[in-house]
Amino acid sequence: MGNHQHHSETTLDVNGKPHTLTVDHRRVLLDLLREDLDLTGAKKGCDHGQCGACTVLVDGRRVNSCLLLAVTLDGCEVTTVEGLSGDGEEPHPLQRAFLERDAFQCGYCTPGQICSAAGMLAEAAAGHPSHVTDPAAPTGEPVPLDREEIRERLSGNLCRCGAYPRIAEAVEDVIR
Amino acid sequence: MKEFAYVRAGSVEEATSAYASHTGARYLGGGTNLVDLMKLGVERPTALIDVSRLPLDAVEELPDGALRIGATVRNSDLAAHPLVRDRYPALSQAVLAGASGQLRNAATTGGNLLQRTRCPYFQDLSKPCNKREPGSGCGALDGVHRDHAVLGHSAHCIATHPSDMAVALAALDGRVELYGPEGSRSVPAADFHRLPGDRPEQDTEIRPGELVTGVVLPAVAAGLPSAYRKARDRASYAFALASVAAVLRVADGVVDHVGLAFGALSHRPWRARRAEEALRGAAPTAAAFEHAVGLELSAARPLRDNAYKLPLARNLAVDVLSRLADTVPAGRTP
Repeated sequence: MGNHQHHSETTLDVNGKPHTLTVDHRRVLLDLLREDLDLTGAKKGCDHGQCGACTVLVDGRRVNSCLLLAVTLDGCEVTTVEGLSGDGEEPHPLQRAFLERDAFQCGYCTPGQICSAAGMLAEAAAGHPSHVTDPAAPTGEPVPLDREEIRERLSGNLCRCGAYPRIAEAVEDVIR
Repeated sequence: MKEFAYVRAGSVEEATSAYASHTGARYLGGGTNLVDLMKLGVERPTALIDVSRLPLDAVEELPDGALRIGATVRNSDLAAHPLVRDRYPALSQAVLAGASGQLRNAATTGGNLLQRTRCPYFQDLSKPCNKREPGSGCGALDGVHRDHAVLGHSAHCIATHPSDMAVALAALDGRVELYGPEGSRSVPAADFHRLPGDRPEQDTEIRPGELVTGVVLPAVAAGLPSAYRKARDRASYAFALASVAAVLRVADGVVDHVGLAFGALSHRPWRARRAEEALRGAAPTAAAFEHAVGLELSAARPLRDNAYKLPLARNLAVDVLSRLADTVPAGRTP
């Protein structure tokens, strides 16, 4: 009885592969990815949605996987840093740029930074404004991303090593 | 975390009846605050009624020119919506001033209104907190309260409401739409959150089992100059120390429509009725704004360590109002 009340069958598409699991309702997406699917790219930093190390894409949108209950995501598509480049033959342009710019020190926040940047680029392309976007900017058009925009839009990803300047440069490389 | 049942609601009726049949249930929107509070042990629901997939995800214009935003519209989509950006810029700006891109992608309109205070005593089970555990005392009163209230607080609770969005809704005369066991109703956004008094555990006027179904922005405020400004410890991704939402229309050299609300000063968005009263019919000068805002803030009772909020809030408000007075309204008839 307890099992029926507190667990549910949930189907997720993770990096292009369907997975059907019986999940404890308490399971957050981050733990499901790391513990059940052995996808350890997304990291557990604060576990409270404050650091961004757990960032993944759900249905193409960046989210904190530590705050999403897996059971709520039945039928959703999840992309982690492991699946960002599709077939995995070539690194994603963001991954390449992070390497070329040496945009990390310890690397713990990097998968979250990269997934967040990928989601952020899509948001800007879709015309989503940010806190630093001129309110008079035309709605519905792609938002040009200067350094200030990049920094604001990635503020949900902390880097304790302080690699921020290089991270911003790496993202600029991909925009150009 | 305690085990709990999970119900994915397909309709508002299904949601409210599932809520009624589970004692200790909570509605779940984006979960960015609730799941965190469950991890902390502050919330221990027996069941989560998932309302995040209810068909309440539209931003739609109503026949009278008002704008309805469904309760499950994500914060990021609300802030980016062309009608919101064009007609109610303060609302878009307020949402974008809060949280991070990841959190705004998950958080819902209804959940934003119902998020709990970030008072550290509320979030820490080892500390007294009348909001979390009525009768246990208020640790913040003589403790760390630099971020706490200066207006409308009580001996029982000095917490502030953390939402930026709600401050803009209050200034814009928004309404909160509710559905519950007794049917549908709506309340002014400015009155949706309450002052703590001796029942700080009650954040809002919502009744047991009621569900936020949406917010409505009135046609009268559409297209008027409006703005949101927030002061915080970091340039981004921090809760407000003080914030201001304002809407202002000047006609024939005098203020003929004004809505002003403060964030982070009180247990609810603080609608500055006294200041508005003083401004209506007045010339929109910096001196008039200073006078009016001063009147409003004269009711403040700062705590040992947060008197800094008063000049901060005053300067923010005078600055925002002055800028709005110089703004040419959009050439749109509401």
